[in-house]
Amino acid sequence: MNKDFKNHIVKALSKNVRLDGRKNDEFRKITIEKNVTCNAEGSAKVTCGDSEVIVGVKMAMGTPYPDKPDEGVLMTGAELHQMSNPDFEGGPPSIVAIEIARVIDRGIRESGTIDTKKLCIKEGEEVWMVCLDISPINMDGNLMDLGALAGIIALKEAKFPEMKDGKPDYKTLSKNPLPISKTPIEVTVSKIGDSFLVDLTYEEEKFVDARLTVAVLKDDTICAMQKGGDSPLTEDEIFKMVELAIKKSKELRKLI
Amino acid sequence: MSYTKRNDGRKFEETRPIEAKAGVIKNADGSGFFKIGKTSAYAAVYGPKELFPRSQHNPRKGLLRCNYNMMPFSGSGDRVRPGPNRRSKEISLVTQKALLPVVNLEGFPNAVIEVFIELPQTDAGSRCAGICAASIALADAGITMKDMVASVSCGKVGDKVLIDLDYSEESHEDGAVDIPVAMIPSTEEITLLQLDGFITKDELKKAIQMVKPVLKNIAEIQRKALKEKYK
Repeated sequence: MNKDFKNHIVKALSKNVRLDGRKNDEFRKITIEKNVTCNAEGSAKVTCGDSEVIVGVKMAMGTPYPDKPDEGVLMTGAELHQMSNPDFEGGPPSIVAIEIARVIDRGIRESGTIDTKKLCIKEGEEVWMVCLDISPINMDGNLMDLGALAGIIALKEAKFPEMKDGKPDYKTLSKNPLPISKTPIEVTVSKIGDSFLVDLTYEEEKFVDARLTVAVLKDDTICAMQKGGDSPLTEDEIFKMVELAIKKSKELRKLI
Repeated sequence: MSYTKRNDGRKFEETRPIEAKAGVIKNADGSGFFKIGKTSAYAAVYGPKELFPRSQHNPRKGLLRCNYNMMPFSGSGDRVRPGPNRRSKEISLVTQKALLPVVNLEGFPNAVIEVFIELPQTDAGSRCAGICAASIALADAGITMKDMVASVSCGKVGDKVLIDLDYSEESHEDGAVDIPVAMIPSTEEITLLQLDGFITKDELKKAIQMVKPVLKNIAEIQRKALKEKYK
């Protein structure tokens, strides 16, 4: 990282000016496309500035975990495709990809968005497994928020496959949606210098001192959080960031 | 039993609807999108750039590295486990071989050109769609090429020789032969040829004859997509 460049950015941010001319608390233009891939049981594509991500939901039948024999399973995966950014490397999922998948998973899981008891087919033997996979096409920052946004839309669009002789027939989807009752929205607020900003581009993300991802429900309840970045945060800063996240979550909620 | 009418009503020498675009991935040096029926492929080209590991350096020419990957939710039926598998590695290999003859690598000693192909949805013919997208992406990246590479499958369902099998045809109860082909349109040289199923020599000849004009047409669609970007 270039120290002079960082100083320059910090100075500009303190005047509420960002590299691409946006305000500190301003998102790029977001467009949402639903059901973008025909073989997934539900899918969505979210484009935000130059960032573009597809999330797909695949349903499978499997055995429940022994400690929760009457509950279905949610699995969230994220892959940082080398296609989407020249800095991404091949091989097993990087720690960055794992964190993104786990934080998105937490927002959905801990809010009780999916009624996992309704995913039970036969207690102790067979349940629905919901696989949520995040695939960036072009990654220009903020994959956490965009993946979570596309994820919740894909889940809401998803339909159970029709059953044929006790087996799912993936070719024909039923009209039954997944048992989804809530809409958690994740917003990541990042701190660079003394400024707080949202929806960072990939270039801006390189200068982040600290960040806080907050998953917010419709009634402003917080359902998941994750602090990231190398620098510590004070209590005051945390609440400033939470407030900004709640404010922005209302804007994102309107898009769904 | 004979296969008299195709499941989707197409003519036997007709492909599914095709859509092609260039410059769809902003981060990449070149990119392409190719959709044929319900199969769609993105391709991104990065490079020429420094090659690692250094043991692969070749002072005479650069390396073309291809990577084919299906997104986890792209297949009909079960979720595809993320990451490379034996199938995707073989397809990556034949994709590289399909593209190599047209790419001028002499200008890039010790360097690598990387091609990443990702498939958000598939309905048979995914390697062919990947090669078409990659060919657009390479041209979009400004890599010197002798020609485009166009690719589509031909084959046989029941007793009928036909073009561009979809999944319902590939798994037809009367048996199917799938022959993915890639061709350099100007010379009619074939750069990809795979086959599975039973077919006579004469039928194979008929299939190859049938696919040639189709591939020339696909190459035109690819060129049009590239020109469209600069309009």
